[in-house]
This record gives sequence, structure tokens and C-alpha cells, in this order.
Amino acid sequence: MTKVFVRFGLGIAPILISLAITALIIILVGAEPGAVFQSVLEGAFRSTNAVGGVINFWIPLVLVCMGLIVTFTAGLWNIGAEGQMVMGAIAASFIARSLGESLPNAVLIPLEIVAAMLGGGAWAALAGFLKMRLGINEIFGGVALNALANLFTVHLIAGPWQPPEGGSAQSTAPFADAALYPRLSPEYPFSLTALIIAVVVIVLIVLALRGTRWGLQLKATGKNAKSALLLGVPTTQSVMSAFIVCGVLAGIAGSYRVLLTYGSLRPFASGGIGFLALLVVLVASTRAVWAAAIAFVFAVILGGSTRLRVALQLDQSLAGVLQGLLVLCVLLADGLRQRLGLGEERADG
Amino acid sequence: MNIDLRHIHKRFGAVKANEDISLSLKNGRIVGVLGENGAGKSTLMKILAGYQQPDTGQIVVDGHEVVFHSPLEAIAHGVGMLQQDPLDVGSFTVAENFTYGLPGGVTLSRRAAAVQLRQITARFGFDLDPDLPVSDLSIGQRQQAEIVRLLALGVKTLILDEPTTGISAEQKTLLFDALKSLAQTDGMSVLLVSHKLEDVIALCDEVVVLRAGRVVGAAEMPMSAEALVELMFGQGLTTRTHEPIPLGSSVVAVDNLHIRAKRVSVRDFSLHMRAGEVVGLAGLDGSGQELILRACAGLIKPSGGSVSIGGRDMTGKSYRDYIAAGIAFGAAGRTEEGLIAGLTLTEHIALTSTHGALIDWGGAAALTATQLEQYNVRGVPTSPIENLSGGNQQRLLMALMPQNAVLMALEQPTRGLDVDSARWIWTQLLARRAQGTAILFTSPDLDELVTYSDRIVVCFAGRHCEVPTWGGITLDSLGHLIGGQF
Repeated sequence: MTKVFVRFGLGIAPILISLAITALIIILVGAEPGAVFQSVLEGAFRSTNAVGGVINFWIPLVLVCMGLIVTFTAGLWNIGAEGQMVMGAIAASFIARSLGESLPNAVLIPLEIVAAMLGGGAWAALAGFLKMRLGINEIFGGVALNALANLFTVHLIAGPWQPPEGGSAQSTAPFADAALYPRLSPEYPFSLTALIIAVVVIVLIVLALRGTRWGLQLKATGKNAKSALLLGVPTTQSVMSAFIVCGVLAGIAGSYRVLLTYGSLRPFASGGIGFLALLVVLVASTRAVWAAAIAFVFAVILGGSTRLRVALQLDQSLAGVLQGLLVLCVLLADGLRQRLGLGEERADG
Repeated sequence: MNIDLRHIHKRFGAVKANEDISLSLKNGRIVGVLGENGAGKSTLMKILAGYQQPDTGQIVVDGHEVVFHSPLEAIAHGVGMLQQDPLDVGSFTVAENFTYGLPGGVTLSRRAAAVQLRQITARFGFDLDPDLPVSDLSIGQRQQAEIVRLLALGVKTLILDEPTTGISAEQKTLLFDALKSLAQTDGMSVLLVSHKLEDVIALCDEVVVLRAGRVVGAAEMPMSAEALVELMFGQGLTTRTHEPIPLGSSVVAVDNLHIRAKRVSVRDFSLHMRAGEVVGLAGLDGSGQELILRACAGLIKPSGGSVSIGGRDMTGKSYRDYIAAGIAFGAAGRTEEGLIAGLTLTEHIALTSTHGALIDWGGAAALTATQLEQYNVRGVPTSPIENLSGGNQQRLLMALMPQNAVLMALEQPTRGLDVDSARWIWTQLLARRAQGTAILFTSPDLDELVTYSDRIVVCFAGRHCEVPTWGGITLDSLGHLIGGQF
């Protein structure tokens, strides 16, 4: 009975502790924790528009989370998810720019999504190639490719994809309306199509990882690639496919950022979601539904904190502090759990 | 230093690994702890060396009760353990491994450490080059380095867990001489955990026998092997013999193989095997037999020569092509290169023995139950394989291997197993041989080689010599061949 209690405690404790430390920081800067938390929650749900904003952040975040769960299962640290988002965004932007005036929305959206999948998938395949063929650790490869992707964006905006105001602009010209993900309604400014895609992806990932040979082979490769190879698993193919799946999902996420959130291509269009997703997956381990839930919590915190400056003269970065603390506390609790010998709580499944 | 273990109890879930074990260890004595796989020997040693805590019971050192919360505390009290797989850092050199754990201040006295290293290795006649990275050493040498390191840390009670697995006869002699010297000259106490009767008879002053977690007997040496076996198993060993079978057509053709590796090169090796033939590869650690075995399984690409399996030329092809051609390979390191820690038994079976893009977990569970029964694996299908004992892991590995392989290439198939488990494995292998599978295996155990092989190929420093066994061969002459006297 005590063990159950301790287990539960270790699960809840990180959340409580991170909230407590954040509250302490708030007090130290002279504000009132209760008011801050309330403001954040209210901010996230204050209007349908705000809720729409939360969903708009959640959709790309959860897509990348699902992709990262696949790569984590295969034992990879796919830091390059951020760059894969950017390349997906660029690919979608290409379609939006070239065909945005000439094709209807119903045709453009699928084309853009496919382009984004190809862009993100190819960029991820490149990271995979660097790792499998040239032995370059995917963290180094990912960081390098992330930087390249952003440089490429800047080059496009300053050069071939210049907006009318010239090469010093912050983004391309806005895309034609037909090229954008259609919003559900003025009150709910998110794309229902994309939301459905996100939910379908979550279900597919859960099913694929648990019920397919591909998923089992990924898991085997991730835990012991040498043994997996000897047992007959095509480990190289497994790893490459994990990269590509993640790249594809990150690409779609990137397309959402430029075709709805921003309506144009700009540097860092991915908004750090690639890295935030890593944090989410660290907390959720390889449990997809948990990742979706935690991603939602993060989206709420971020969405609600945009008003902190206005409402309470507090910087928005407080949200980042809370998120970072949460991840840190979860990882510490995990370590404590292992030390107490309570076993592999954060196992897959 | 006198150590008493009193009423040690330890259980892992439902398994009672140690039940009311009491043991006394006195200065200058070498005590052998005998028992078959799963008898509880390793658990007991891990408790004594500080890697585990007993559920109940005391450890008493020189009259004081102590609790070891970690191996470091145990070493501080003078108790050190040499594990089957020495705990060294592969990329460090021998000298660095020796130095990094020594107590001291902020600065490192490399020179003093180097002197100490040289003194201890010289005393025992160990041949250890301090500048060689540990990953380049054989298991026997890594053991020697580890012993030297423990001695420098002031260990007065040395526990050795199955130390003679995977080392050559020469290294075993060196080891045993060192242990005797430590016991008799330095008054150290030595605990030798083993399932090898000949080692216990050769080395120990007294013997304690464990069976199913309890102490079932203790005696002073000398004792005969038969008496020891009776203590261990409660009955005499039956030696089973098998008959030669008619061999089929040629299935393996290796011609003029050249393999270049870091410390030894195999030159001009040829071997032809027929269906149902059992060939044993013998030789000292690092004589090339491991390379030959892996080349035949497609894991190493030879620099010259050809390999043909089942009539197909496989030279230069990938390991997956070899699997498709009918190879089944078993590595010596079960958990490093064979089983996947973190995956359950059912997942292993689903991975290797089921087909189809979607996994039918119900079918996999049923198949697992059947296989566990057929291969006598004692384990829970839904638990990860780390929970299995070594013997059960080996049996599971057998269950995972394809049934109708053309060639089974096995590295030390009975490594770390007790007599009964080993014999069971060979029953399985002989059954497969009767179905036409050719078997190629390496083993440091001369008995095993002579008992089961139709032919033995002895390797020494990259050269080789073939010896048929059905005509009669003595262990003595085989030993000479292995020593290089072709």
C-alpha cells in the first residue's frame, strides 16, 4: 500500500514542486502567484479566439511530439525536428507562392501538405543518412541541419522570395487566401482539417507502435541495435524509417505554422516547437496519449501567458520557466524512482 | 579478516534467491561455492560485495556487524568482487583503469600508480601492457587487470564469480597460482563461485554447495568429483553418448579464407561441412576461431577467400543475406548480442518467430507459451528477459533460432551454464543435427569439444589443424595441439 502511495506521490510531486518554485519566483519579483496563475488560465480560455490560439499551438506541437516518440522509440535524439519543420514550411510555402493564385483551396491544401511531408521527410532522411552512413551522431547532424534550414529561410526571404517592400523585410508577402488552411469560423480561428489530421496521427502512432512489426522492430533497435540485427531486424531500414516518419510529421506541423499561424514564411517559423516537443516527450516518455495531454497543458500555459505583460506587467518568459521547471522536476522524480527501486515506471506502452 | 554471513535471506518478487544462508570465511582460506545455475550463488556474492542488500540477515566482519550500502563501502572494508564481465572502461588503458579509482587527493600521481601497477603484475607474472586500451585485451587479461586493481585498493577478501569462463588454460594456471599465493602468503580469503568441478578441486580448501537458494552441504577438500556431484545434484551424473549419423551433402564450403583483425590474422582457412556434421573450433583465446565463426555467419567480411552456404556463394554479402540463406548465429554475450534487455519474452518471440506486418499478440502469446514449455524456459512471458537466469536466457535464445537452419554457428553455446543445462542444450543441438543442420561452434571446454564434435579444428595464432574425433583422441593430445604444437 505504501508503494502505491509513493508511486502516486512521485507522479504528482514534480507538478506540485514546479508550481511551487514558480510561485516563489513570482513572489520574488513582486507579484502575486494566485493572480498570475489565474491570469494564465483566464488568458488561455478568455475567448473563443484565445481557445483557438491554444489549439493552433497544440496542433503542430502534438504532430512533432508524435514524430519524436517514433524516433525516441528507435533510440534516437532527433534534435533536428526543428529544421524538419522549417523545411516542411518552406516546401508548403513554395506551393502556396507558385499556385496560390491559380488553384482552389480544396486542391491546394492537399498539395501543400504533400509538399510539406516531402520537405520534412527529405530533411530528416538527410539526418538519417549522415548518421547511418557517415556515423555522424544525430544530435550534431540535427543541430547543423537546423541552422542550415533557417539560413535557407533567411536567404529566400531576402532574395528570391522577397516581398514588395524589399529584401530587408521580416517575411515573405502574405500568401493568397486560397493557399491557407481554412479557419473553422471567425470565432474559432483554427483549422478543423488540421485538427482532425492531428487526432488521426495520434491514433495511428499509438496503433503503429504497439501493433505493427515496424513498431516492434523500432523498439528492438532502440533498446539494443546489435542484438536486434542478430535477431534478424533490418536495423538500418528501421532507423531511416523512423527519421522519415518524424520528418514527415514535423513537415506537416511546419506547414501549419506558415499556412495558418503566420500566413507567410518567416525565419524561425517553427517557433521553437521542435524543441518544446522534445521536452514534452521527455516528460511523457513514449506514451502517446500522455504526450498529447502534456502538449495541451503546455499550449494552455503559453497561450495564457501572452497576456501577462498586459495584465500584470510580467514577462511572458515566465511560462517558459514553468515548463522548464516541470521537465526538470519530472526527470528528477524519475531518477528518484529508479533509485528507490520502484522500477521502470516510464517504460513504453 | 574473518567474515561471517548469518541467515541471509533475499527474494526477487516470487523467487527466493537466498534462503537462510550462513557461511564463514576465514583468513588464508580458499572457499569454493558450488551450485547449478539459479542456485543463488551470484546473488549471495553480490550481497557480500555490496551490490545488493539482503532482505534479512547480517554480515559480520571481524566480529563487527556491517552493512554495505554500495560496492564502495564493501571495498572500504576490504571486500572486493571480480565479476564475470570485469567492470572496466573499454577506452581507458590498463594504467588508466588502474589509476582512476585509487584513493587520493585532487592531483593524480601517475608515476606512483604506474610503479604500483608494475609491482603487482610482476609478482604474479601477469603480462599486462599498461598502455594498451582495455578493449584490446582478452577476457583473461581484463580479469588480471581487475584483480590487480582490487589488490591496490586494499581488498583482503576477494570474491571471484565464475572466473574461468572464457579464459585459456594458461591464464587459468596464472590465476590459480595468484590466488594461492594471495591466500597462503598474504592471508587473504578467497571465495570462488563456480560450477566447474575441476576448478574447485584444483584450488579450494573447502567447499560449500548451494541448491535452490539454500546451503545443502559443506565439506573440507579434498573430495572426489563424484562426491561433489552428489552434493550438487543429489545423484550421480549419467554420461550420455550419441552415435555418429550418416552425413548429408555438402552445405558449407569455406575456401582459402583470409581475415585480418587487430591482434590476429587468419590465413588460408578452408573448411567443408556436410549436413548433420558437428565441427568444433578449438583454440586459446584470440587464436582466430572467433573470427572464423563470425565470418562463416556473415558478420565479418573476409579480406580474401570465399564462403558458400547451401550451395550459394555468399562472399561479401550482408548478414541479412546470410540469414536468408539459412544461417543461425548465437553470440557468447547473451545480453549484449542476442537478447534485448527491456523487451519481454513474448516480444522476442513475436519479433523472430511470427510474420506479417501486423502483430497478432494473442497468437504470439500462445506461441510463446508453447516455446517456453518446449525449451524448458522458466520465466514469465510478460516480464522482460533481464529477469531470467543465464541458463534460461540461453534456452530462450535457442527457441528464437530458426528451426531448420542450414548452419548453426554458435559462440560458446554452454558458456556459464551448469552441467545439466549444458547437457540439455546439446540435446537440442543434436536433435537439430539429426534433421540435417550443420553445427559449427567454439568452446574453451576441451571435454565439450571432444564429446560432441565429429571433427575438431584447432586454431593457433591464425593457423589451424584439423582433428577427427570418432577415431579416438585424448584430452592430452588435444591440449598439446591447442598449445600450438601442430
